[in-house]
Amino acid sequence: MADIVIDHVVKEFGSFQALQDVSLVANDGEFVALLGPSGCGKTTLLRIIAGLETQSAGRVVIGGRDVSGLTPRKRGLAMVFQNYAVFPHMTVFENVAFGLRMQKAPADDVKRKVERAAALLHIDGFLERYPAKLSGGQRQRVAVARALAVEPAVLLMDEPLSNLDALLRLEMRTELKAVLREAGTTTIYVTHDQTEAMGLADRIAVMYGGKIEQIGSPLEIYATPATRFVGGFIGSPPMNFIKVRCENGSARIGEMALPCPVAGSEMEIGLRGEDASLAADRSGIPFDVRVVEPMGSHLLLTGAIDGQLARIVTPPTAKVTAGERVGLHVDPSRLTWIDGRTGRAVSRG
Amino acid sequence: MTARTSWIPYALIAPSVLFLGALFIVPLVQTIWLSFSAGEGLSLVNYQRMAGDLNFGLAIRNTFLLTVVVVPLQVVLALAMATMVSKLEKGRDLVLWVLTIPLGVSDLAAGLAWLSLLQNTGYLNSALYALGLIPGPVGWLSQETPWALFFGIVLAEIWRATAIVLVILIAGLQLIPKEFSEAAEIFGASPWTRFRRITLPLLKPSLQSALILRTVLAFEVFAVVYALGGRNFPVLAGEAYTWQNENQNYGVAAAYAVLIMAISLAATAVYLRALRTRPEQLP
Repeated sequence: MADIVIDHVVKEFGSFQALQDVSLVANDGEFVALLGPSGCGKTTLLRIIAGLETQSAGRVVIGGRDVSGLTPRKRGLAMVFQNYAVFPHMTVFENVAFGLRMQKAPADDVKRKVERAAALLHIDGFLERYPAKLSGGQRQRVAVARALAVEPAVLLMDEPLSNLDALLRLEMRTELKAVLREAGTTTIYVTHDQTEAMGLADRIAVMYGGKIEQIGSPLEIYATPATRFVGGFIGSPPMNFIKVRCENGSARIGEMALPCPVAGSEMEIGLRGEDASLAADRSGIPFDVRVVEPMGSHLLLTGAIDGQLARIVTPPTAKVTAGERVGLHVDPSRLTWIDGRTGRAVSRG
Repeated sequence: MTARTSWIPYALIAPSVLFLGALFIVPLVQTIWLSFSAGEGLSLVNYQRMAGDLNFGLAIRNTFLLTVVVVPLQVVLALAMATMVSKLEKGRDLVLWVLTIPLGVSDLAAGLAWLSLLQNTGYLNSALYALGLIPGPVGWLSQETPWALFFGIVLAEIWRATAIVLVILIAGLQLIPKEFSEAAEIFGASPWTRFRRITLPLLKPSLQSALILRTVLAFEVFAVVYALGGRNFPVLAGEAYTWQNENQNYGVAAAYAVLIMAISLAATAVYLRALRTRPEQLP
């Protein structure tokens, strides 16, 4: 049983603030992904939880115990590194057994737990080999098995799949989710890959510029982004942002008038590409199609709404040609309204 | 294009190969030849004279004693210094620069510097006298004080040549990704366990290079010993020098030289075997 509480953590490197007052709670058994572009502070936060970096201010509490001042080995957690950090001079067995050996576990206990972790990750055939003889995917499995063998209450993962090729990544992602669900481990998972975060996590913390922009379930973050950054970072294609002026409580785009949720002249409408549908009679929001890309499962239309770049997703059978002006219908309840000055979403009226 | 490029690497490397061939392999063959020739034909006369000499046993004993004491001390010291230096965040280069200054000093100059410290009228005696610890000059480097002389030579050799081990080990430490140590730490390894189970095994290739280099050089030790002890502390290279220059017997001198080479080769072979890293265990 271990929850992780990150309480107002600040990290400064000289005059650079890598983390600005970050707070986050991961409940017992929960899978939380830290998602953000490189340099957003997500790896620094993970290393602070691990104890590999020391925070400049704030506390880290694991399972009710303040571990802020403890060395990594006193924190009772396991970690999977981006480059695996599988020890090259030890066999796969000794690698997986490392944490148990450090705990001075009895030999038969070590053997049993190593074999179980190895079976779980399908590396039981390579236990006597050295890591250099394994493929990248197999080494990755050794790193995960080493972490799971100690039956940790808390598991930290730093971009564990980023060095694998796309197909293997998809396969490992599915397996990781199944394995970790079964183990019931509280997991913090750092990634810059939104599909990994969406697919794996119970909740996602989107980080940007040393701050957490939004914490929520994958669906919440996708459907109701809290800031312009989150909307633009999550989703492929990213959310479209259309600048509008709110006058007399409504915003006009072409012939379409949308009710404004709050007063304020500088507003942006956040529109997901798949939340718009083509109108049969060219009514609604005028959309000038410039490029049509057939993607198989859908058509990706790139063009302009009111002179502003937008990408719209339509069914693959839609009849649209480049250069055409079409009309879009949108469901007002699925729009995100962003305050143009703060970049933050405003609550719907 | 391919026809022309095939000889270019050989042409570029030829000068250094010729240079080494002319100034290393030729004299080497000549020395071996010289050591086995006396009068006419091949014989072991030179080796018999070498082995029968009064100083031969002493020179063997002293050379091995110095090597066995100095090399392990240097490796332990260099490991400790390398570990500390690699932990420094600021001023690392400056510290490293200071620690490696002795590498820029010739071994004879180093021997003379330590002579000025340890001789009868040297700085050590002056300091001890000023502190009232000794009544007058004490001879540390004479035949009557062999252990003090030995200790002085060990000290001077450690001062002079530990830095070369340090440089090799620091380069080796930098090749080990810090994630290995971090992973070990996460999984509960204490600093000493991390050093023993992670750093030391991964440093093995560098340790092997450093040990081979230092041991071979230790068997050739001469200038520092000569400066501090003259012939009071016979070593193999010193005996070769004496037979060459004072006794004008090039044959016996060559026999000493071949003996030193044989010992060095044997030591190298031992290290290559004992500290070999299997290819599948490389990072």
